[in-house]
Amino acid sequence: MAGDPGSRRTVLSVDESLLGHNEEYAARNRSVFREHSLFVANVLSSPGSGKTTLIQRTLTDLAPSRKGGVIVGDLATDNDARRLADSGAPVTQILTGTMCHLEASMVGDALGGIDLSALDYLIIENVGNLVCPASYDLGEDVRIGLLSVTEGEDKPLKYPVIFKTVQAVVITKIDMASAAGFDRSAALHNIAIAAPDAEVFEVSARTAVGLDTWYAWLESRMKQEKT
Amino acid sequence: MHEVGLMQNALEIAFRAAGEKGANRVTALGLSIGSLSGVVPDAMRFSFDAMTPGTIAEGAELRIEEIPATCWCGQCSSLFETDDILTLCPCCGTPSADVRDGRDMRITFVEVSDDGG
Repeated sequence: MAGDPGSRRTVLSVDESLLGHNEEYAARNRSVFREHSLFVANVLSSPGSGKTTLIQRTLTDLAPSRKGGVIVGDLATDNDARRLADSGAPVTQILTGTMCHLEASMVGDALGGIDLSALDYLIIENVGNLVCPASYDLGEDVRIGLLSVTEGEDKPLKYPVIFKTVQAVVITKIDMASAAGFDRSAALHNIAIAAPDAEVFEVSARTAVGLDTWYAWLESRMKQEKT
Repeated sequence: MHEVGLMQNALEIAFRAAGEKGANRVTALGLSIGSLSGVVPDAMRFSFDAMTPGTIAEGAELRIEEIPATCWCGQCSSLFETDDILTLCPCCGTPSADVRDGRDMRITFVEVSDDGG
């Protein structure tokens, strides 16, 4: 018994990250991305914020000049993957089953099926979840957080851990702002608290409002990656 | 709830450490969890209690040290420690974008015993 007075106990000092395994895979992914001068974005949001719609539109609109690919994580269906494939871009689906986030090893496995040398950028659409994906580096260059106008302006304050890790926040469905009673200044204020250095974009993938500045930013990040 | 997977990693590390020492029991496990790691200590405790029965860590104690975030405030040009997950500078109230510590989750020690062969 562990509690026996006669037992000899030894304290072994260990200093290992609980994410050590993921960190190794993320580093491996990162070096593969470097090799191909690929710009990689990890897109995070709650379910229903419009990740798939924004990515689909981005792939289509940038297609004449920039070739993009997608890795999409979904719990149970390939609906998102099929929608994304409509853009003509290569799409790889990861079915996570009951897992609430993507891990670097899953992305690493998916990379084997993609011709990375044909791409300028790769978008990883994470599982819709603002909690668990925060902890898992996938080897990406940037993290992009989405927030739709229907979700409430305080989302960045409710999920600060994940918003603290993003380099850009895209406010989506901006065409529905007035119908949703969206308080724009409160949202911008809350984003500034949770993600003070993040670039902020306000877009509608349906009406194309705000997409120009979003594309210009992606373009500048892609150029940065090529140099 | 990704804490189950993280606890699985922690236990694997602990079992490996015990095996290397030739110990047949794990009696305590130490973790340090940053306040910005995205991990809920209570969920780690729940996972530990659910996963250890029937293993060499059954009945072991889980000790979790919670590490506050350390951030840099550009306004005050100083480092500050905070448990506030929004990392507001306690002097000037400015939110910090420069988190220096508090994102890690690590296993720090494993206590083992070699009683009962």
